[in-house]
Amino acid sequence: MASITARGLRIEFPLYHLAARSLKKRLLAKAAIRLKTDESNRVVVSALQDLSFDIRRGERVALVGTNGAGKTTLLRTLAGIFEPVAGTLEVVGEVGSLIDPGAGIDSDSTGRENIRLRGLYRGMDEAQIATLEEDAAAFSGLGEFLDMPTRGYSAGMQVRLSFALATAMAPHILLMDEWFLAGDADFMAKAEARLARLVTGADILVIATHDMAVVRRWCTRVIKMEQGRIVADGSVEDILGPAP
Amino acid sequence: MQHAALPTYRIDASQPDRHGRAMADLTGGLTGWRLAWALAQLDLRNRYRGSVIGPFWVTLSTAAMVGGLGLLYSQLFRMDLATYLPHLVTSLIVWNALAAMVADATTCMTSVEGVIRQLRLPLTTHALRCVFRNALNVAHSVPLILIVFALVGHWPGAAGLLALPGLAILGVNAVATALFLGMLCARFRDIGQIVANVMQMAFFLTPVIWKPELLGEKAKWLPLNPFYTMLELVRGPLVEGGGSLLVWLAALGYSAALAAVALAFFIRFRNRVAFWV
Repeated sequence: MASITARGLRIEFPLYHLAARSLKKRLLAKAAIRLKTDESNRVVVSALQDLSFDIRRGERVALVGTNGAGKTTLLRTLAGIFEPVAGTLEVVGEVGSLIDPGAGIDSDSTGRENIRLRGLYRGMDEAQIATLEEDAAAFSGLGEFLDMPTRGYSAGMQVRLSFALATAMAPHILLMDEWFLAGDADFMAKAEARLARLVTGADILVIATHDMAVVRRWCTRVIKMEQGRIVADGSVEDILGPAP
Repeated sequence: MQHAALPTYRIDASQPDRHGRAMADLTGGLTGWRLAWALAQLDLRNRYRGSVIGPFWVTLSTAAMVGGLGLLYSQLFRMDLATYLPHLVTSLIVWNALAAMVADATTCMTSVEGVIRQLRLPLTTHALRCVFRNALNVAHSVPLILIVFALVGHWPGAAGLLALPGLAILGVNAVATALFLGMLCARFRDIGQIVANVMQMAFFLTPVIWKPELLGEKAKWLPLNPFYTMLELVRGPLVEGGGSLLVWLAALGYSAALAAVALAFFIRFRNRVAFWV
C-alpha cells in the first residue's frame, strides 16, 4: 500500500547566480539561520532541514506555512525531483504531481494532443493512452475546446486539463500545490469528488496551501512548516483549533 | 504482497549510488525513445508553425549558399565546379547540422526547465529530444546532396556506404554533446556564449568551404582538428572515396574522449541538474 517515509531529510539549494560577494555577505548577516556557505564556498539555502515523518494510506495531508517555508520544495522532493543531501526518503506508490500547472503541457498543441503527450511522458502504451484520453476528456469538461491549442485556454481551463491529466490514471499519491484552486465552483465540486474517491482508494494526498477552508474540508492531517522545519504535525483540529 | 507491486522510489543520501542511478537514467531514456521522438516532432512543428514550407526553408537557404559560394570559391580557388560542388554541398550540410546541434545542446536542459522541475524523467530523454529534432531538421537538406551529385555526375560508389557508420558515430557524439553541454550550460550560463564563439572560429579553421588539399604539405596536421575528423565521417565516404584510416581513427578517438567526459560528468552531477535549471 502507498506510503511515504522520511527520515532526517535535508535539501540544500545552491544559489549559483549570486556572484557579488558584498551581497552575499549582507544576506549571510541577515539570514544566518538558513543561508550559509558550504565547504566549496558557495551560498546555499537550507530549504528543508531534518524532516522526519510518516504518511500512511488514506491520509490527506496539508502542508501549511508562510511563503518560503519549504512547502513546494518538499513536494518536489517527494516527487523525486530534488535529491536530498542528507537523510532517507521512501515513497511507495505511483506519484501524480500537480506542482506547476504548465509543466509537460505544450501550449501549441491542442488539449487532446496534450493528453496523448502526457500518456507518453508516463510511458503508457496505445491502449492506456486511449483510456487516459477518454477519462481526461470527460473529466475536464472542456468540450470543443479540447481540439483547440491550449495557448488559447483561460487559466481555469488550463487547471481543469492539468488536474484531469494528473488524476486520470488514479495515482496512489497525489502531490498538489495550491494553484489548482483557480477552478470555478462547478469544477471544484468535481475535483473534490474525485479526490475523495482517490483517497478512499487507500491513497495519499499531500497538498500545499494557505487556504484554511480547504484544509478543513479536504484534509485529515496538517504539517506546519517554518523556515524549512516541521514545527507542528497533527490532526486538523489539533493544529488549527476547532472549526469556527 | 501488495507492497511489492507498487513502484517504489527510495533514496538514501548516505548511499547516493551515483553510478547506478546514472545508468538507470541512460537506459530509461534510451528505451523510452518514443517520447523523445514525439517531443522532437512537436518541436519541429512548433518551430515552423504558420510557415508554408517549414523546415524546407533551411534546404532553400543551403541551396542558395551552395550555389553562390560554389560559383565564387571555385573561381577563387581555381577549381573545377564539378569537383568542388560535391565537396561544398556535403561540407555545408554536415557543418550546419553539427553547429546547430552544438548550439541547441547548450540550451537543451534549461529550455525544458518546467518539465525537469515537475516530472521525474530521465535527463537522457531531454538530450535525445534535442538530438532527434536536429536530425529531423537536417534530414530535410539531404535531398540537396543527391541533387548536386546527380547534376555534376558524382557517384560515391560502394565507399558511400561507409557514411552509415559515420552517421552512427556522429549520433553517439550528438547524444554525448547534448548531455554534457546541456548540463554544463545549466550550471554555468556563460558557457553558451563561449561555445558560440568557438563554433564560429572553428568554421573558419575547418575545411568546410576550402578543401584540405589547399594546405599542401601541412594538410597532414588537419586530424588534430576534431571538427575536421567529424566532417570527414560523412564527407570521406560520400566525396573522397572513403577517407583515410588515420582520420577515422582520430574521429573514433575524439568520440571516445567526448563520451568518457560526458559520462563522467553525467554520473557525478546528474542529481544536481534540478537545482541548476
